[in-house]
Amino acid sequence: MIELRDVTKTFPQGKGEGGGLRAVDHVSLHVPRGSVYGIVGHSGAGKSTLLRLINHLEEPTSGSVLVGGADLGALGERGRRQVRQSIGMVFQQFNLFRSRTVLGNVAYPLKVAGASRAEARERAAEVLRFVGLDGHARRYPEQLSGGQRQRVGIARALATSPGVLLCDEATSALDPQTTHEVLALLERVNRELGITIVLITHEMDVVRSLCDRVAVMADGKVVESGGVYEVFSRPQHPTTEAFVRSALHDRPDGPALERLRARHGGRLVTVPVTGDAAGGHELSRLLREHAVDFTVAHAGVGEVQNRPLGSVTLELRGAEADIDAVVARLGGLEKAGAR
Amino acid sequence: MKADWNTFWVKVVDATGETVYMVLVTLALSAVLGMVVGLALYATRKGGVLQNRVVFAVLNALINVVRPVPFIIAIVALSPVTRSVVGTMIGTDAAVFPMVVVATFGVARIVESNLLSVEPGVVEAARAMGASPLRIVLTVLVPEALGPLILGFTFMLVALIDFSAVAGTVGGGGVGNLAMTYGYLRFDTSVMVVAVAVLVVLVQLAQLLGNLLARKVLRR
Repeated sequence: MIELRDVTKTFPQGKGEGGGLRAVDHVSLHVPRGSVYGIVGHSGAGKSTLLRLINHLEEPTSGSVLVGGADLGALGERGRRQVRQSIGMVFQQFNLFRSRTVLGNVAYPLKVAGASRAEARERAAEVLRFVGLDGHARRYPEQLSGGQRQRVGIARALATSPGVLLCDEATSALDPQTTHEVLALLERVNRELGITIVLITHEMDVVRSLCDRVAVMADGKVVESGGVYEVFSRPQHPTTEAFVRSALHDRPDGPALERLRARHGGRLVTVPVTGDAAGGHELSRLLREHAVDFTVAHAGVGEVQNRPLGSVTLELRGAEADIDAVVARLGGLEKAGAR
Repeated sequence: MKADWNTFWVKVVDATGETVYMVLVTLALSAVLGMVVGLALYATRKGGVLQNRVVFAVLNALINVVRPVPFIIAIVALSPVTRSVVGTMIGTDAAVFPMVVVATFGVARIVESNLLSVEPGVVEAARAMGASPLRIVLTVLVPEALGPLILGFTFMLVALIDFSAVAGTVGGGGVGNLAMTYGYLRFDTSVMVVAVAVLVVLVQLAQLLGNLLARKVLRR
């Protein structure tokens, strides 16, 4: 559905100085039709620019962007505006028109797309029903709560029945309860309307609950990408690692590890939990075989795409040689705090 | 010879009519012209929807040259142009010309700064929907900035009442002229007091009207 081919975006910086700021650095991505694609990274990693390259709000310095087969770089400004009408966009700060009612906001993109006043109002009312705000059509944005405003933002983005929805930190300005509601709405958008969603976020939980695929960005580059479970269960890059940890809180580190060491005299090892039953049996068989006892010292397990993911830190007690043998046999076992 | 108020009030009414005429004609013309210049200024600035360094620099410089000139000097300096455009240098129409010139650039600045106060995110949202630059200006920027714009225009309206009085003192007609010829030159305090009172009332009415409109648009 969306294809980025070796896309780079450099912003000119100051006067004279060569180079400039490379916000997006040779990124290639493929977003399959109907998927929910998450782009994560710290602020300043280039996510926001990357998202704006997709609908050409930012023009790439090099490389090409294809949406639904159309090469946006090859189109003129007029053609690009046409394509933008089939790409919805949702913003962190909602960016609603304060001078227009809820209905007026949702009807606006339809008017841009050339619909008559009556058509626009009818379709806008229909979309407002979908997001559950049909009773608020005549109100103004400032009369709504944050969650309601974002639902208006989503309704507005959906008005023209786009094939793609771009979400720029759509839940970052919302409290956890409201975030949950908005994510549930986005899931319906994907499932019931079949709309491909690309979202950028710095909240791992958003990716965990919504996305099929994920790309991790650092310094303008995509450092890792793939299925959400695959990327999260085997993080390769420090940024990915940090994000996974922030979502699962499963591995004790720093002071927490020191406290564990003070409490537990035995050897601490961290075992990944992946919902793979065989691994668990193997561990318990090994411990029995070598007469090693264990106590759970720390654990953090969450669900990613309906599969458990996380780790357990165990304190092992027994003969040194036996513990060594257990650790050696299970390649998956790791020293606590090693990662 | 002091004014005989049994007959003089007719002159006051006529003069007030002239002042209102000068102010409203000037406001209408300068609002349209100033809006165009202000929008051009906003659109052509760096990062604007129709970025154009040359156009921006020229407009910007023009405004900065015209705006600091004291109005009484502007009237005199523009008088040759006024004569060739209006055909005379005396009377209300002759006063309207320099007023329009000066007010246009004032309005342009007001329009520009109020458009700049519109959140860029809103413009970005409209761009993301595929709206053209012209559509964004007319259907997003102007409506979003309408409340402050009305207050800005009100400010201009009050300034124009002041301008009209200044123009009156150099042959422009209206309440200013009345105060000058009957109040000042004949040392008639009663005329002066009435002239000032009329101006105060006009300013109050203008401000009241502007505030009401702005409140309606801003819904508060």
